[in-house]
Formats: sequence, C-alpha cells, structure tokens
Amino acid sequence: MPFYVSPEQVMKDKADYARKRISQIRSGVVITCDAGVLFVAPNPSKALRKFSELYDRIAFAAVGRYNEFESLRKAGVRYADMTGFQYDRRDVTARGLADWYAQLLGALFTDSSKPYEVEIVVAEVGKSADSDQIYRIIFDGSVAEEHAGFVVMGGQAERVAEVLKARYQPGLSLTSAMGLAISALAVQNDGGTQDTITADQLEAALLERSRTHRAFRRLAGSRLDTLLEEAKGTPELPASAGSAESANGTGSANGTKPTNGGNESGGADAGGTDASGDEA
Amino acid sequence: MAAGSSSFSDFLSMAAPELLPSAREGVTAAGGVSHELQHGTTIVAAVCDGGVVMAGDRRATAGSMIAQRDIEKVFRSDEFSCVGISGVAGVGVDLVRLFGVELEHYEKLEGRSLSLEGKANRLAGLVKGNLGNAMQGLIAVPILAGYDEEAGRGRIFSYTVDGGRYEEQRFASLGSGSVFARGALKKLYRDEMPVEEVVLACMQALYDAADDDSATGGPDLSRRIFPVIATVTADGFEQLSEEDAGRYALEVVNERMQAPDGPPAAMPQITS
Repeated sequence: MPFYVSPEQVMKDKADYARKRISQIRSGVVITCDAGVLFVAPNPSKALRKFSELYDRIAFAAVGRYNEFESLRKAGVRYADMTGFQYDRRDVTARGLADWYAQLLGALFTDSSKPYEVEIVVAEVGKSADSDQIYRIIFDGSVAEEHAGFVVMGGQAERVAEVLKARYQPGLSLTSAMGLAISALAVQNDGGTQDTITADQLEAALLERSRTHRAFRRLAGSRLDTLLEEAKGTPELPASAGSAESANGTGSANGTKPTNGGNESGGADAGGTDASGDEA
Repeated sequence: MAAGSSSFSDFLSMAAPELLPSAREGVTAAGGVSHELQHGTTIVAAVCDGGVVMAGDRRATAGSMIAQRDIEKVFRSDEFSCVGISGVAGVGVDLVRLFGVELEHYEKLEGRSLSLEGKANRLAGLVKGNLGNAMQGLIAVPILAGYDEEAGRGRIFSYTVDGGRYEEQRFASLGSGSVFARGALKKLYRDEMPVEEVVLACMQALYDAADDDSATGGPDLSRRIFPVIATVTADGFEQLSEEDAGRYALEVVNERMQAPDGPPAAMPQITS
C-alpha cells in the first residue's frame, strides 16, 4: 500500500543522509599560493585519487565516496574535452564547469533516491593569485565561489577551516602553503600534529602557475618528501595576519558549509542557497 | 555519466557525432569540387639518435593554384609524439585535432599515457573511421612519429587510407612529393645520425621534393616561411623556432647555389 510522503520530508531525509555520511569523511584543503593552487588531503592510496586534471588550467578535487566522485570526474573530463574540441581550449572555464557540476548534482539530488555523498571543488589557476578561481559544489548542487584563498572539503571542514582562517595570508610561498595545509589537516587527527604526517599518508597536487599549457602536476615521491621537510622546518605563520581578511570572506568553508539548521522545512536547499544565490 | 570507454572519439560518436571528421560523409566530392579543396603535400620523418625528426613543407594547393603558403602540417599530438598530415587539409586538420584530444582524454581518464603502440593503433582507428570520406575523394592520411619511452628510441608509423598501420624502420615520407623526398633521404640517411644531421637531411629531402613536385613548397626566403620541423626525444616534443628552421633552410639553399642537385652520394669504386 503506497504511503504519501511530502516532498519536504523526502528532501530533508536525503539531505540528512548526505550530511551524515559526509560528516564522517576526512577533510581535504585547496589553497592558493604564489606558485599556484595547492591541493592536499590525507589519502593512503596511490591508485584512487582525489585530485585530478580536468583541463589545461583547471583541476578537480573531491572527497566522499570514490565511485561517485570518480564518475563525476570522468563526466567532467568528457564535458571539458568536448567543449574545448567544439569551440576552443580557452572556452573551457572553471566557471562553466562549476555550473555544469551544479546542474548535474542538483538533478541527481532531486531525481535519485540516494544523493551523492561527495563534496567537490573545481579550481582554475590564473595569471596571478587574485585571478585564481575556486568553486565548491556540494551534494545538492549548491555552488559557492570561494574568495578567501582557500577552501576545505569534507566532514571536519569547520575545524580545519578555523586554522586556515587564522593563519592564511595572500602571497604564501608553496612551502608555507603546504605547512599551513598539513597543520590545518592535523586538527582532524585526534592527538596528531603536523610533524607526524608523512608523505605516504598524503595526496598532494599543484596547478602550477608558471606552466604554459597543462598546469596540473601531482606532488609525489621525492618532490613531496622535500616539500614536506621544508614545510615542517618553517616557523608557523603568525595567527593574526590573515584573519582580518579572511573573516570577511563570505565564501570560506564555514560560510557555505550546510549546517544542521537546514533541518527546517526546505531541508537540503536551506544549507547552501544563501551561498549559491550571490554567485548566480 | 555511465561508465564508458576512455576513448574521446567513442564518446563523441555517441554524444555529438556531427563533430567527428566522418560527418562529411554523404556529401559527394566527386566531379568538380575536388580541385577547389586545399591539399597539403609533403611530410618526411626519420629516426635519429635518441629520438625522431619530422618535417613538413608549408604549401597547400587547390588544383594548380597555391592556396596557402604558410600552412602547418606537422603537429604536436602529445608530449612524446607528433603527427603530420597529407591530403585534403580540412579533413586532415580535423583528424589531428581529434587525435590530440583522444590522447589527452585517455591520459586524464586513465591517469597514464597510452603506449606508443597504443597511440599508433588508435590513430589507425581514426583513419579507418574516415574511410567513407576517403571513398568520396576526401582523402587525408597521417604519419605518426614518437619516442617510445619503454624502448628508449624513436619510432615512425605510416598509414594507408583504409586504416592500415605500418611501422617504418628508419625513415618515411608522405604526400605528393614523397617519392622525391624518399629518394633524397635514401642517399643522405645513415643509422644513428645525431638529431641535427637528421634535421638537415630532412630539410634537404624537402628541398628535393619541392624541386621536382609542383605541389610542394620550398623554403621561402623572401617571406621567411620555412618548413615546420619537430623533434621528439626523451625530453619530449619540441618544434624548431622559425629562426632555427631558417638557419637550416639557408644552409641548404646556399649549398644549392653551388650544387643545384644537392650533395652527391659517395659511389664505391668499381673493382675490375
């Protein structure tokens, strides 16, 4: 016998489910620095990647269920390659891809019985750090452009973002950005510190500003080892310098993270619409 | 969204078949149109010590008219390969563009580059897909040269319109001036030649092709239009700058002022 379930209830259940699952996911960070856009996340696997190249200067980052974000990544590569083939390489933009992902995730959230348990970031490296673009798209298709210079994905986003917010400042070197990333990520290891993080626990990648054609490079092997050693050796950044600036940033991870306040009617939408509204 | 193959052309054939080079099929080129289409002409490729060299002249013809003086027919297809085209220029350029995206697409989806054999086979597939065009007169044939990272040497693959793929051991040529170019390379080429000498040999071969084939353009000193020359080695693809290509071209032209038929091959003495 069929039961009537109100659309509000359906959406709320789906959003609750997605939030609950995502809250258990370890966080990853995306930071802009003078060398480009840096991606760092804990990932013991060398085969199942969280960060990948989408197009010349655009990369994809995701946390969540691997099979789900992997299918999103592949679909994005197909979309980007087809757009570039049909028009020109310059006509593939992070803005276009973020919008496309928002449509896709939005439709998946509404139409399928189980929402995707993912959070993704589409980032494009610009000629200078202030022309870098970072978009964060969550399970229901809400999209936010991040202006703070960094973004955190995953379950511990608020705790990790607190560290970044306090210490991030524009114009960081690659080493300082890596140091900041690992000390922020260390927050989610109970009792762990940045000194205990080793290269084989991390996945790192860089959209390298100085490269002319395809900017995406994985940081692995000896390059990552060296970078980590240097990053651990540098003194911690002062806690005050960047805070004033990033506190104003409407788009920091805290600002757009769907909160449990979304449990009220409207459910899933309430979490992200304020952030996505000003973007569109 | 469904799991599909890692081939971009397979994806296009489902998502947007009108973008494939074969979308020209069904339009008959027989009769009066063919001489109005631009044709690209001569490409040479030769293995050198630690890699491979490819060079192409810059002329496109439409019938007996020179349609373009500075067309480029040698392209980078990825970090370790390049491709040259001959035949109907529009179809050829489409094929090269598709091939380039095909290689990059695979690399991004799979997280690794195709092997050189894989690239060669994939290009054969694309040429085969163009067979309908070819049957209607829209013939374009590529030649592939690349550095095989596993084998640590340069390799060359030539193709026929039906999608046949043939590995060439030392050097190869393609297009209307290919006969003359190959004759020249035959006399100039030696195994294990350093890259600079192979570049010069290719320049000589293109000069000879332009000398005897009206559809192949020689070095244009007044307009500073020189053959496109690409090298692929362990360091990856590199295209010679206009200045460097000009230096090789000038050397050949100056030498031909003294000996118009080029360097003579050494003949063994007859022992009686």
